[in-house]
Amino acid sequence: MRAEARSGLLLSSPYAAFLLLFALYPIGFSLVLVLLKWDLVTAPSFAGLDNVQHLVGDARFWQAIVNTLVFLAIHLPLQIIVALTLAWALDRPLLFRAFWRATFFLPVVISGAVVTILWSALYATDVGLINGLLARLDLGPVPWLTDPAIAMPAIAVMATWKNVGFYVIIYLAGLQNVPRSCHEAIELEGATAWQSFRHVTLPLLKPQTLLVVTLSTINGFQLFIEPYILTGGGPLRRTLSVVLYMYRNAFSYQKMGYAATLGLALALLIAVVLVVQRRVIGSAEEA
Amino acid sequence: MRRTAFYVILALAATTFLYPFLWMVATTFKSPAEVGGLSLLPDQPTLDNYRLMWARAPFGRALVNSLFVAGTITLSVLVFGSAAAYSLARLNFPGRRILNAITIAILLVPAQLTLIPMYTLIVQLGWVDSYAALIAPYAFNATAILILRQFFLQVPRSLMDSARLDGMGELRILFTVFWPLAKAPLAMVGILTFMGAWNEVLWPLLVVRDEQIMTLPQLLTVFSLGGGAGPRQLATKLAAAMVLVVPVVVAYTFLQRYFIESMASTGIKG
Repeated sequence: MRAEARSGLLLSSPYAAFLLLFALYPIGFSLVLVLLKWDLVTAPSFAGLDNVQHLVGDARFWQAIVNTLVFLAIHLPLQIIVALTLAWALDRPLLFRAFWRATFFLPVVISGAVVTILWSALYATDVGLINGLLARLDLGPVPWLTDPAIAMPAIAVMATWKNVGFYVIIYLAGLQNVPRSCHEAIELEGATAWQSFRHVTLPLLKPQTLLVVTLSTINGFQLFIEPYILTGGGPLRRTLSVVLYMYRNAFSYQKMGYAATLGLALALLIAVVLVVQRRVIGSAEEA
Repeated sequence: MRRTAFYVILALAATTFLYPFLWMVATTFKSPAEVGGLSLLPDQPTLDNYRLMWARAPFGRALVNSLFVAGTITLSVLVFGSAAAYSLARLNFPGRRILNAITIAILLVPAQLTLIPMYTLIVQLGWVDSYAALIAPYAFNATAILILRQFFLQVPRSLMDSARLDGMGELRILFTVFWPLAKAPLAMVGILTFMGAWNEVLWPLLVVRDEQIMTLPQLLTVFSLGGGAGPRQLATKLAAAMVLVVPVVVAYTFLQRYFIESMASTGIKG
């Protein structure tokens, strides 16, 4: 028995040390940093609630929040509709089923940096693929990334393309749990395929939809590499994201206290948004 | 009739996902005059974009860095992580319940909260521009430990008891009795960990400034921000991106079922 305790301590001690240094200490220190003014070069000084006060009045921070909401307003519905459509099309015996599935999933395994660089080429105004296709139809050219009204929607479309394969798999797993008898029963009553989808399938897929909304929302609040590479947060700060702003405060402006405050605000914000979404989706069925 | 409609939807979607990749591959072999074109076959294929990209930034070195960093992290998460998971699942020792509770609790902490404190920690440790900064914060992974722990809990008690009667130590039991049974969860954890480390870009952008230490996604990002927006620069950037993509696509082609199952299972079980 004593030997077992000794082995247990031995085998778990590297992990315990890791938790202490790279999980518990940073979590605790994040709350301390909020109260500090620190450039990492000179000694930190106590700043009270200066960082929090600054955050409340910081137009860039609020612009970043608004940008994220614009992103989500386009990204969430698009993601759900495309993922559902593709999952529904895949949910039957098909030729090359594995091929379709693997193709939709391909962008999920590719690095975000690569996908973003690829899309910078697709969106390029003069030599881009999309404007090239539009030119064939005598349309465009559209300044995808330099028009303040279009840039964030363009990023939302790119993010959908990158992630939707993941959600197709999730919906597909959900669809395979919907019993055939449910459809047969309602179709015997004379319901159309759309009615059967709307009133049987969709409600049964609520757990999957909640998951899609939750994960996509977290993704939306974590936007970083997309604006960092595509737009640098412009034009007119319309694609500035919270994480990009946080990164700049730490890396470019050396404001550790303020960057940590942004991190804390972002963490709280994500928690609140997720709780609200859970309530809204949870009550949607009773209505 | 309805069947055809499904195939049309699927083919349209597949084109939307595949055509940009194929166009990217084609563009890396095109001369500047051809770069804006839609064709997937360059008229006069050239390797100039690859030569330029290779000469202008240390992509070979970054490839080695990426393999080293992602490989070390994966190895650590599998070996040390399963040792921790094994002790948390099957050994009685003081502190076990607390460790289990912390493991679950930190899954709820968003990464944004700890990003800046982690960065100041790395600076204070003097680890900026070191492999340690890229590897140590990822050496363990709470999700991986929970997946492995869950699996180890299901291994029959009798297997452990007879191994102990044979005089085996705990490490030998873990690696010769538990590991052979745990191939599926180990493969899943391995793929998830490697892909996460291979694609990570925000963390390296914070803690590494020296080109010689940069991993591929970071060097690619820095490189792509440096160039202009002309056709030559565009093709060069895409050629650089290929260094990062080709290994992943090759692995994905052969192991796609495992990739999809591993990555989607994190969501499906949630």
